[in-house]
Amino acid sequence: MAEAPRETWITGIGIVSCLGEGADTHWQRLNRPPPTPESDAFAPYVVHRLAPIELDKQIPKKGDQRQMEPWQRIGTYAAGLALDSAGAKGNAELLARMDMIVAAGGGERDETVDATILTDLRKAQNKGTFLNERLMSDLRPTLFLAQLSNLLAGNISIVHGVTGMSRTFMGEESAGVDAVRIALARIQAGQSDISLVGGSFNAERKDVLLLFEAGGHALKAPFAPVFERAGRGGMAIGSLGAFLVLESRDSATARNAKPLARLSSVQSDRVRRQPGAVTESLTKMWSAIAPQVAPGQVAVISGASGSQPATADEHAWLSTIPDLPVRATGTYVGHGVEPQFVMNIALASVALGHEKLFAPASGSEAAMNGPLTQVVVTGVGHWRGEGMALVEAAR
Amino acid sequence: MASASRKPVAVTGSGVITSLGIGKAENWKKLIAGQSGIHAIRRFSTDGLKTTIAGTVDFVPVEPFCSADLGERMADIVVEEAIAESGIGAKGDFPGPLFLAVAPVEIEWPHREMVAAAAGANGAVSYDDLLRAASGGKFRGIHERCVMLSVGDHLAERFGTKGSPISLSTACASGASAIQLGVEAIRRGETDVALCVATDGSINAEALIRFSLLSALSTANDPPESAAKPFSKNRDGFVMAEGAGALVLESLEHAKARGAKILGVIEGCGEMADSFHRTRSSPDGKPIIACIRKAIADAGLTPDDIDYINPHGTGTPENDKMESLGVMAVFGERAASVPMSSNKSMIGHTLSAAGAVEAIFTLMTLEHQRLPPTINYQVPDPTIPLDVVPNTARDATVRHAISNSFGFGGQNVSLVMAREPA
Repeated sequence: MAEAPRETWITGIGIVSCLGEGADTHWQRLNRPPPTPESDAFAPYVVHRLAPIELDKQIPKKGDQRQMEPWQRIGTYAAGLALDSAGAKGNAELLARMDMIVAAGGGERDETVDATILTDLRKAQNKGTFLNERLMSDLRPTLFLAQLSNLLAGNISIVHGVTGMSRTFMGEESAGVDAVRIALARIQAGQSDISLVGGSFNAERKDVLLLFEAGGHALKAPFAPVFERAGRGGMAIGSLGAFLVLESRDSATARNAKPLARLSSVQSDRVRRQPGAVTESLTKMWSAIAPQVAPGQVAVISGASGSQPATADEHAWLSTIPDLPVRATGTYVGHGVEPQFVMNIALASVALGHEKLFAPASGSEAAMNGPLTQVVVTGVGHWRGEGMALVEAAR
Repeated sequence: MASASRKPVAVTGSGVITSLGIGKAENWKKLIAGQSGIHAIRRFSTDGLKTTIAGTVDFVPVEPFCSADLGERMADIVVEEAIAESGIGAKGDFPGPLFLAVAPVEIEWPHREMVAAAAGANGAVSYDDLLRAASGGKFRGIHERCVMLSVGDHLAERFGTKGSPISLSTACASGASAIQLGVEAIRRGETDVALCVATDGSINAEALIRFSLLSALSTANDPPESAAKPFSKNRDGFVMAEGAGALVLESLEHAKARGAKILGVIEGCGEMADSFHRTRSSPDGKPIIACIRKAIADAGLTPDDIDYINPHGTGTPENDKMESLGVMAVFGERAASVPMSSNKSMIGHTLSAAGAVEAIFTLMTLEHQRLPPTINYQVPDPTIPLDVVPNTARDATVRHAISNSFGFGGQNVSLVMAREPA
């Protein structure tokens, strides 16, 4: 690119988690001590359950709600909050050219159907025939549409009318990092003017716990803050939805939209996780961002998952940089995998709006008293994928 | 409005697998002969199923069968073919990023049964039993295989692509989206080279049943090779199939500077999401029309410049009707004289891979100046008065061609390609 990258603003955020919904609620709750997640339903696993939301406020048609499984409802709801926040809701002209990148996993399985089939499959004479019969009769025909990764984007198009481009990235934490990276790069290069980017995660599922537990990544009770799980690391997964509206400064100015923050840089990486690899990756991404960082008014919002050794490696690396207060928001909202990075960029915008960092969650986080003008957001995946962003106060 | 580079991007290598065989030469020979790769499913029992045929890729051995394993293995093979043809990089050191269209990866029934067996529950099996059995590290392999990024991560490791590999899904448009992401990255000047791959090996009982329950599949099981009937009046659904495609994309300057053979160029990409319905197109066809128009405009062309259409052409009543309407709206009076042939009549619908597989076949159509046919075209549909290149291949002059890919969730992507840079 010969031309300078176009300045890109965050003009809308939509967030929902176990803390509740919206910027104000999250700001208030992040300044109080972290709640201990209720985890009876998934014992012994620690799961941050979504705070109750009134779906009708963002998904007015019951028919649409019925067509979705929880992960899609959470995401469609959060996307609606972001569009409201950006003043874009219902603006048909703007929505028709709004691009969308969603970071998604897979949808919920019907756990009852799975369990019943597994029970009976053991005694089936002909397993293949039996599986066919039961799947044909037990699967709801529309369940597939609630499972397809790209159908969160599809539902956002249907419910909110976002119809520019529509792409869905998969790949756990890195899907969220790359969704934001590509959306930003497209705007900076003039390939897009405005983009909705984000994702959602429903943690209240034993099928997803199964995947993470198989890999040794699920946190069992008792709960502890993210950086204080030494020796028994693990993710306390959390239901959450997070969307951003990213917009070129020109586009925002033309429609009198105000910036919540400026998104200046997003880096992503992929390293084989051998000893020292996470440190090396963070160092490399930091070297791309550091020249833009002014010491003293910057903090880190970490997407550390709690899983080891990645979390310990990241924590150790962060502590090598002087005067850099760190907040691991997973302590509050849990680990939401795909949308975690987006959530943390949103929370960075909220803190920058207040011109200060929220309170430490625990003794492992240092207080920050001075003004806040920049936030570095990290996203080190539980198994693969590394990311880093620079979010700045918009002048 | 944004103004960005719309430069054409070169394709300097490609590789393909379908149910017709491995490699471009084998596939092209059979496509031109009008041969079908659709057959009775042997991989798993089809007792009690309405659809018992598919274009499975049975000649790439994966034992025990796992969809993600087959998807990855096919991706390996097509990437090797593409990189060898392009002559770029060194072994294990591809000098650009990876964009991978891949069927969403999930825990499959054999995994679930394995964990259930380890749980050893006497009575009913519950997810709590599975979790208990999965605890302790015996099934780490299931995590590594079944996270969404697993195929992309393994490809990145094996071929040494740069940066974070992007795994994506736009349903049946995924392969085209992967190419589009590569084109955009090169146009931004972020990279000179990109590896765009699409793979789908997802035919297992549950995957077939999911589409069957949506009434999307042909049930014309006998004979299997006649089931896929795009644009025919008696079309009754698509035929699931497997396959993979890989393309090495390169900026023209970079390809020319290293003296690479340019197989063709991606001239333009178009995209427009549909907000009408989860599985059906807007009845007015507007998103499809806008998608095709945007791709042609992005290429700096007009509809009059397009000589051939490689349609999505699935053979479902809905797709072929809406796609034809879109084509007639965009091309107007000329529509009936622009040939449009569906590869899916022979290879079936390779789902996540289709957009890339068919882009490669479109480039080969440009290269050979010969149109593969739409086979099984016996009963013309009077509402589709178009030249579908019925049943027999023929020579033609093709300067610019467009390939359409449409998917559930309102995904529409079109790519415009040419033999030589203008």
